[in-house]
Amino acid sequence: MQTRKKYIFITFFASWLLLFFFGGDQIRRLAFLSRKKATVLKNWPRWTDRSLLKSFADPEELQSDGGHHKQSAKHSRCRMETCFDFSRCEKHGFKVFVYPMEREDPVSESYLKIITSIEESRYYTSNPEEACLFILNIDTLDRDHLSIQYVHNINDKIQGFPLWNDGRNHLIFNLYSGTWPNYTEDLGFDIGQAILAKASFYVENFRPGFDISIPLFSKEHPQKGGERGWLYQNSVPPKKKYMLAFKGKRYLTGIGSDTRNELLHNSTFCIIPRGRRLGSFRFLEALQAACIPVLLSNGWELPFSEVIDWSKSAIVGDERLLLQVTQCHAAYEMAPCSILAFQQQTQFLWEAYFSSVEKIVQTTLEIIKDRLFLRESRPKFLWNTLPGGLLALPEYSTHLGDFPFYHLQHGSSPSGKFTAFIRAVSPVVSLSQPILKLIQAVSRSQHCAQILVLWSCEKPPPPRGRWPQTAVPLTVIHGRRKVSDRFFPYSAIGTDAVLSLDEHTSLSTSEVDFAFVVWRSFPDRIVGFPMRSHFWDSSQSQWGYTSKWTNEFSMVLTAAAFHHRYYHSLFTNYLPASLRSLIDQLSNCEDILMNFLVSAVTKLPPIKVTQKKQHQEAAPQQRQDCLNRFAAWFGYMPLVHSQLRLDPVLFKDQVSVLRKKYRHLEKP
Amino acid sequence: MCASAKYNTRGPALIPRMKTKHRIYYITLFSIVLLGLIATGMFQFWPHSIESSSDWTVEKRSVHDVPVVKLPPDSPIPERGDLSCRMHTCFDVYRCGFNPKNKIKVYIYSLKKYVDEYGMLVSNTISREYNELLTAISDSDFYTDDVNRACLFVPSIDVLNQNTLRIKETAQALAQLSRWDRGTNHLLFNMLPGGPPDYNTALDVPRDRALLAGGGFSTWTYRQGYDVSIPVYSPLSAEVELPERGPGSGEKMTKEGWSEFDHSPRRYFILSSQMALHPEYRSDLEALQVENRESVLILDKCTNLSEGVPSVRKRCHKNQVFDYPQVLQEATFCIVLRGARLGQAVLSDVLQAGCVPIVVADSYVLPFSEVLDWKRASVVIPEEKMPEMYSILQSIPQRQIEEMQRQARWFWEAYFRSMKAIALATLQIINDRIYPYAAMSYEEWNDPPSVKWSSVSNPLFLPLIPPQSQGFTAIVLTYDRVESLFRVITEVSKVPSLSKLLVVWNNQNKNPPEDSLWPKIRVPLKVVKTTENKLSNRFFPYDEIETEAVLAIDDDIIMLTSDELQFGYEVWREFPDRLVGYPGRLHLWDHEMNKWKYESEWTNEVSMVLTGAAFYHKYFNYLYTYKMPGDIKNWVDAHMNCEDIAMNFLVANVTGKAVIKVTPRKKFKCPECTAIDGLSLDQTHMVERSECINKFASVFGTMPLKVVEHRADPVLYKDDFPEKLKSFPNIGSL
Repeated sequence: MQTRKKYIFITFFASWLLLFFFGGDQIRRLAFLSRKKATVLKNWPRWTDRSLLKSFADPEELQSDGGHHKQSAKHSRCRMETCFDFSRCEKHGFKVFVYPMEREDPVSESYLKIITSIEESRYYTSNPEEACLFILNIDTLDRDHLSIQYVHNINDKIQGFPLWNDGRNHLIFNLYSGTWPNYTEDLGFDIGQAILAKASFYVENFRPGFDISIPLFSKEHPQKGGERGWLYQNSVPPKKKYMLAFKGKRYLTGIGSDTRNELLHNSTFCIIPRGRRLGSFRFLEALQAACIPVLLSNGWELPFSEVIDWSKSAIVGDERLLLQVTQCHAAYEMAPCSILAFQQQTQFLWEAYFSSVEKIVQTTLEIIKDRLFLRESRPKFLWNTLPGGLLALPEYSTHLGDFPFYHLQHGSSPSGKFTAFIRAVSPVVSLSQPILKLIQAVSRSQHCAQILVLWSCEKPPPPRGRWPQTAVPLTVIHGRRKVSDRFFPYSAIGTDAVLSLDEHTSLSTSEVDFAFVVWRSFPDRIVGFPMRSHFWDSSQSQWGYTSKWTNEFSMVLTAAAFHHRYYHSLFTNYLPASLRSLIDQLSNCEDILMNFLVSAVTKLPPIKVTQKKQHQEAAPQQRQDCLNRFAAWFGYMPLVHSQLRLDPVLFKDQVSVLRKKYRHLEKP
Repeated sequence: MCASAKYNTRGPALIPRMKTKHRIYYITLFSIVLLGLIATGMFQFWPHSIESSSDWTVEKRSVHDVPVVKLPPDSPIPERGDLSCRMHTCFDVYRCGFNPKNKIKVYIYSLKKYVDEYGMLVSNTISREYNELLTAISDSDFYTDDVNRACLFVPSIDVLNQNTLRIKETAQALAQLSRWDRGTNHLLFNMLPGGPPDYNTALDVPRDRALLAGGGFSTWTYRQGYDVSIPVYSPLSAEVELPERGPGSGEKMTKEGWSEFDHSPRRYFILSSQMALHPEYRSDLEALQVENRESVLILDKCTNLSEGVPSVRKRCHKNQVFDYPQVLQEATFCIVLRGARLGQAVLSDVLQAGCVPIVVADSYVLPFSEVLDWKRASVVIPEEKMPEMYSILQSIPQRQIEEMQRQARWFWEAYFRSMKAIALATLQIINDRIYPYAAMSYEEWNDPPSVKWSSVSNPLFLPLIPPQSQGFTAIVLTYDRVESLFRVITEVSKVPSLSKLLVVWNNQNKNPPEDSLWPKIRVPLKVVKTTENKLSNRFFPYDEIETEAVLAIDDDIIMLTSDELQFGYEVWREFPDRLVGYPGRLHLWDHEMNKWKYESEWTNEVSMVLTGAAFYHKYFNYLYTYKMPGDIKNWVDAHMNCEDIAMNFLVANVTGKAVIKVTPRKKFKCPECTAIDGLSLDQTHMVERSECINKFASVFGTMPLKVVEHRADPVLYKDDFPEKLKSFPNIGSL
């Protein structure tokens, strides 16, 4: 009995002590909390003489802080204004020169892809005199001196280049730097004043506004085109097996590769910790797989962070909090709708900037170009919204409302009028020629602002008086008699909508009116009448082209179609000169190319509207060749099929024709 | 259950065995322990409360009465600012920890007067602006008065203007702060850094790891992602009211309160208002004026002002005198040139005037550049391109200038207008870094309210055409019309892309028919019994829905052909973010009654489709069930009507897009019409539907529905083409 009492006594005592020592802190807090509720927060005092306090600076001093300027202090770390010669870019614009390849220096596959991408880009020049930016012919991608691709004695080589000029206006690409065990960022040669585009950049070594952080990509990364993202559907809730995934070793093939792909496919979040270096291949893989990256790599300057807002597609965690609930909690807390938004954003970013080496290189060049031409540089919004910075040309405009893509986010709408743009190739000899009828029909549309006739005929255009009298101004533009002229961004086009017409097209006013009203709902697409389709011809294993009537279509010919004037700029400035000269030579296929371009931008099919008459065309063989050559340049087939046509709401309905707005479309 | 019973039997068994004496003994023991505990507890936190209460309770106090602290000459000085500091190296996140509100806690040190050993003041005790800033922090949600819970510390030592303080002594004062710890998690606010002759671009006071919210950073001193670049506050912001002025082209804003704008055009294209410019810049500017005459105005200090007129409020050009800052409103672009320092207070005045700043200050880190997109509100021109300024600016289209002017004004209103705005924006930026998943988005930072109001961000923005193989789930809402229901099921099951059929049994008084009675169909059929007869049950995101596409169909829609339904699904695949439906309806503005009206006549336009037969994305079921604004959901359930109109409003509001009506209207007076519209022809029904539209429009605060004049038909619909070769021949036949 006695021992038992003693035992109880000691237990009680011990438990009290324990409670006090371990729980004391909480008790104190509790007590504190309850007290705080009773009293108010002890705020910063309201001083009685606060109105008498002096201002932090004399107004005079604030307003005339002048005199001294131009800090001459030499800064060791480069910035564009100190290490880049802007004057080189003034005369010829943004031109990039690549040092000619030498036989004895074999370059790695990846570097070759980078060089090829630059040489195929619209900024390439072979003349160093007009160049603004220079790219070395020495493979600098792998600077791990244990690697077999390590190039020795770079210092000596570059010093020998007459154009080197201490690296001024040079751009150096690098994927791996440093070596085991420390993986420092040492490149093993003096880059001087060159801009460094490097993967796994550490923030401290990163020269903001000067260097560029690029993603780490594998040597299998395609040069062009690139795979699409793996998100095919927007399931709610995310139809994924695992919430969070991480796979240590990364095997692309062989044992373990199955689980990796399965994990990527089936997880909502993927942990991306630092690898040997800050960035890892996992990052791009997760992005493609629509697996939301949870980044645990402190101090990693994220790829293209100068322009990409990663907060919309990735969770940037803190390594130090790895084991704390915070980040996982954040992941769990995320509402299904924001998971959906994040996943879609990963896909957009992947396809816009990362899916091919060409896109990575182009993004790098565009970022530099944005720094050089400040007036023509993209606001961050353009970089982070579909269709992405590469497809939003700042030379055209930096005003959101001028583009066809941003009306919803910007709360604006496209202008309510259109410009009819007719390409005339044959002389006007008789009054019954279709072009004259066409002009009259189009000019009667209430939405028509003006008519432009692109005169592409050897004979001079008829005098003013021979043209039909129209209520809207009619202007004749003299072209260079090339088909690519049709999509030149003429400054005379003052409206958002362009109605592109051939001289032999026949349209009624009703058709034009209705098509324009439809276009206003789809300003980013081609909205028109004659449709064509492509198909995969497996017997010849190439793309086929058909002008037959089919149940689906993928192109709407620009012989009669509305499109946004921005596509003129994109056509002329974004597509390479080689494609444009191809269509000029053939005097054909410009409409197919336009369809390729618009579908590549929107990833959507064009829209077909009701048309009374339809005309056939010849020379499908030539057009089939075009189709295949364009697909080769794009690296994939951008065209998308559609099975629908938009008709007026009461089209062919059994109701009095008087009720119908577009009753002229009814006649068979 | 079992365990607790056991415990109960043991407890009483033990206690009665104790003798009374022992019981008293135990009770005494307990009370002693308890008392000891309380006493120790009190002892632990008593001194704190004494100190703090004496320090703070006197609310009405003068700045002059604050305690004086003498700094011994040999007190430690912190290290110079560490340029390599980043959040992950120099900032202690553990102090912030997990926080359900995702808000950092900010502590402010109490105000002290610091003197050196000779009793000389180290700096001004506190300036008016710094006091305003600290007051703003203290009034905000970020504030805590518990130093132990704080994540960020703000010293009350005023370092806004470096010229008013003694560098070494201020540093010593910082170092002796109670939680200084090498400056970790300390935030200093400085607007005027540097001093003659070099004018450094960051505060010269050694501050070790402390974060610096500084005005006038250059890219060399600014630690990206660590420091915060803030504006130089202009005290004129508080003194002068500049009414918001329109962009000058006469564009009308519809929003209330904006209508009384002055719409007269701005007189000058470019204006420079800064005094004491460097002669080199001034000559550049004057050259600009000579070239462009009237459209450029270069102002300078007035030399011959009469007594009593504050020179800061006047500017002169030759003999003309202008009021400052009012004159800024007369210009489209206003030059903000660097002076000795990069950050200039004039930037704030310029933004306030809605004038687009032309920033000429190489390597200057613009205020809040971490979050603000200055390309939308300003033009940055390199110093060496000053002579070309005019031509550069002329290339900007008028539409864009107007938008930049609005944006400039908005930046001022949100982030420049007061010390409070500056303080809160700074804290929010730091907060966003610590809780990135709760950070404010680009749009929240940058879009002016008018854009936020009129813009939509589509939740399904990625242009995806879902794979056809996925199919769709049909949901039939039914009450008791079993016969008709079975017919619908049989008809719908003929559609090739149907992958599952879900019957929502909304009748609680009656059980659904036995399994054996249901039609045998080729896809899974599930019956969900609801607990309450509510219309919103139709839009519940059932787990059984495994496809993206949902076909909502009433239990009496038997006139839709399989081709029509399959075609509807194909159309939905091309427009997965829209409502794709069969019967279309329209809303109209009734000018006589001054309100919205519902229209079901044969019109040339549609703005709604009835959900008696419509395809839509499952995501909208989530929105309908969990995110429907206001009381609409309950209202619909209570009135047993208009759930379809509510869905149309919801989808249009969130996507900004119109519905797609598919296939022609049925030519005969269809059973559908009486079914979907119930008493369609009844006048009261139409009135009720109109009321719904008006009610929803007022809840949404706007009319989100979009009117279109098109419907979708198969490509070859009614074309002269053999019917059997068409994919969807059987359209509009019933």
